[in-house]
Parts: sequence; C-alpha cells; structure tokens
Amino acid sequence: MIRVLVAKPGLDGHDRGAKVIARALRDAGMEVVYTGLHQTPEQIVDAALQEDVDVLALSILSGAHPTLVPRIMELVRSNHMDDMLVLLGGIIPDDDVESMEQAGVARVFGPGTDTQDIVQYIRERVSEHE
Amino acid sequence: MNEVDGLVSRILEREKRAIARGLTWVERDSEDGKALVRALFPLAGKAHIVGITGAPGVGKSTLVNSLTLELRRRGARVGILAVDPSSPFSGGAILGDRIRMQESVMDDGVFMRSLASRGHLGGLSRATFGAVTLMDAAGFDVILIETVGAGQSEVEIMQLAHSTMVVLAPGLGDDIQAIKAGILEIGQIFVVNKADRDGADHTARAIRGMLTLGMQHLDWFPPIVKTVAEHGEGLGELIGSLEKHREYLSQSGELALIRDGQTAHVIQLAMEDWVDREFRRVKAGAGWDALRQQVASGARDAAEVALEMLRSLTEGDNNGS
Ligand SMILES: Nc1nc2c(ncn2[C@@H]2O[C@H](COP(=O)(O)OP(=O)(O)O)[C@@H](O)[C@H]2O)c(=O)[nH]1
Ligand SMILES: [Mg+2]
Repeated sequence: MIRVLVAKPGLDGHDRGAKVIARALRDAGMEVVYTGLHQTPEQIVDAALQEDVDVLALSILSGAHPTLVPRIMELVRSNHMDDMLVLLGGIIPDDDVESMEQAGVARVFGPGTDTQDIVQYIRERVSEHE
Repeated sequence: MNEVDGLVSRILEREKRAIARGLTWVERDSEDGKALVRALFPLAGKAHIVGITGAPGVGKSTLVNSLTLELRRRGARVGILAVDPSSPFSGGAILGDRIRMQESVMDDGVFMRSLASRGHLGGLSRATFGAVTLMDAAGFDVILIETVGAGQSEVEIMQLAHSTMVVLAPGLGDDIQAIKAGILEIGQIFVVNKADRDGADHTARAIRGMLTLGMQHLDWFPPIVKTVAEHGEGLGELIGSLEKHREYLSQSGELALIRDGQTAHVIQLAMEDWVDREFRRVKAGAGWDALRQQVASGARDAAEVALEMLRSLTEGDNNGS
C-alpha cells in the first residue's frame, strides 16, 4: 500500500488543486493523508514522519517555493527521512525547476499535468524503493 | 540484535520515527509486525484506551484535538489513531482527520496516526489492536481512537477501548440514527457536541430518554456531556467523566478482565498465525497432493489428516528450534 501526504505549505488561499491530486491518488488505490491549508514546513515534515508516508507531495501556488522547499528538505534530512519521495506541484516557473531538484525534490509537475502521469511516476518510483 | 528487537528498544525510548515505522509494520501485518506486537504486549496495559465514535461531521476530530490539548495541560502523553474508510472501488483512501488536529499534534508528547479501514474482514481490528499495543508500550498515557462507527470492524475496534464516547450533534437527526446503528449499546459516555447550536438540550434529553429504557440496573449509567469542541468548552467535565469511568472499571475488576481477554487474544492470534504459516508450508511440500486426494476421495477424514499434520508439526518444532 502506497501512502502519500499531500501538503500545502505557505499562505495559498485555496486548495482545489491539492484536493484534485488527493482524489486522483485515492482513485489509483493509494492512501492519502491530507492536512489542509497553511502548513508550516515543521508541521508538514512532522506529519510525514508520524504517518510514515512513502511520498510527500507538495503543492505551492504562492511563489514562496524558493524559501519553503529548501527548508522542508533540510528538515527531511535532519529527520533521516531521505527514503521518502518528495514531489512538487502548483505554479513553479520553468527557471526554478533545476534549483528545486537540486534542493532534493525528485520531480516538479507543472500546471496542467495529467494526474495519471503523477500516479504512474509514483508507482514506478515507490516500487523501486520497496 | 535482530530487526524486531532493535525497533522494540527504539520504541521504548519513544523515538518518533521508530513508532511510525512500527505502526507501518503492524498495518502491513507482516511477520515482523506480528513479532513486534507479541514483544510489546507485556510492556503494554497501562494506557487508558478511549474510543470516539459517531456520524461524520459531528465534530469527533475537533473534539480529539481539544481533548488532547486539555490532557496535555494536565501532563498526560496522548496517542491518537484516526480510522477512515477505504474506497471499496479503488482500495485507496483520503485520510483527513489531521486537518482538525493541527494545534495538538506538533507537540512531542503527542503522536497521531491515520489508518485506512482497508476493507478486509477482521483486519482493521487486528491492525488497531497492534497499533494500540504499540502506543501503550511506548508510554502514551491516553490513547484516543476515532472511527465513524458504521461497520462491523468499527464496532470491533470500539470493543478494544476501555471507555467509548459516542458523539452526537444537535439538529442532524442523530438521535434516530444512533439507535439504528446500535450505537447506544456501545457508549459509556455520550457527548452532545456543537452545544453552541440550538437543540443541544433537546438532543441530550432524547439520549437520556433512550438510555433509561433498560439501563437502570447497570452499575455504570452513561453520563451525557455537552461540549463545544471548537472552543474547548466542556472538556473539563468530559475528562472528569473519563476518569470516573476508568476508576469504575478498575474498582469493579473489569479493567483486569479486559487485560485477561487481550492476553488470550494475543495467544490466539499467535496460534492462528502459526497454523496459517505451517499450513502454507505443508501445502507447498511433497506429500500434499496425495493427502489432498485421499481427503477428496473420502479415503481419509479431513479432521484426522489435520490432526496428524498438527502432531507432526509440533514434533518437528521440539526437535528443531
Ligand atoms: N458550531 C460548532 N461546530 C463544530 C464544533 N466542533 C466541530 N465543529 C465543526 O464541525 C465540522 C466537522 O468537524 P470534524 O471534527 O471534522 O467532524 P468529524 O467528521 O466527526 O471528525 C467542522 O467544520 C468543525 O469546525 C462545535 O463545537 N461547534
Ligand atoms: Mg474526523
């Protein structure tokens, strides 16, 4: 059973996109922990730790990813959770993809990504791990 | 030290990551997960296990959050398990109870885990029993289990709890729903949440009316507590009722009986697991086809064959390990 935490760090005003992803993953047979809006990096990593998820899927629309994502990845490493797959979606300019991947994000999914691509990507990567 | 022993000692040191990983093993019901529960069981038995059930939307998660904050203020360490249904179509689930628990779960004295019901018969209550045992051994003083209380497995989970609270809210026609679901019988404490809304007194009276219908003879008459979970109101009284119920269980000897029952359960599970495993081995082995045919043709009785298998297995065990 693949377990995923769908999390929304920062101050985004709505979570429609995150909910669409959560439902798509559920419909693909995954267990999705959803924690709602306005999560701090500390809350997100702590939830991922307690829930022992295979995948952390972050959704950020606000443009705050250059500060939020490195902080989240720092907490992931200091908690020795490097085996967790971290994905990023929302509104991430093409120019930022490389720096996000350097920070430790496995894959950035831009707006308009087919949810089935995310499902397939997770399936491939998580079965590699287990 | 093998992997299970290693995890046991880290869990006893209350290492969060070890608790989380242990819960994953327990949920998967792997051999390691089973061994872990057996190893931790003797170290458990101190926590107060509290079930919280009721229809979706009555405020159970919000109540768990404010109850946890109040228990923390009083110095108790709190473990939380929240069970949500798996989709019967995909097998997946959305586990959203954490949304309402954000205030309480960041504290190091709190550990919260979301569980999906995963649909298999008896599997949920088994996983929950393992999860409760693990949290209990890890030193959590109170373990709160939230379920929607609809299916058979959820009722089984509530039987795991020392004290079960049934949560209702005014204006949802819940009084009627409660009887239908047979939920009245499993509650030792009734909570009318959303008492800030009209109709809370009416709901409380309706519950009292139904309870008096055949419970006067009981030693424990369920109290009815009004709360506003969203603002933390009524929590002192609720914790008072929980403590009184725990005291009642202890005085009446029921608490010891529950532990006895759980011990029997652990032994039974171990036996079933052992038989399961050995049977799979016999089926994969040489003489199986011949045995199967003898039973199919009526040459030998199935029970006689089974007994012979069990005997040879126990002999094998004495010689071997
Ligand atoms: N008015 C009012 N609303 C509440 C109270 N407690 C919870 N709620 C709201 O009820 C809704 C459902 O709460 P939740 O805890 O998720 O219910 P659950 O499905 O039983 O776990 C949420 O919108 C809460 O904010 C309360 O005491 N008063
Ligand atoms: Mg809930």
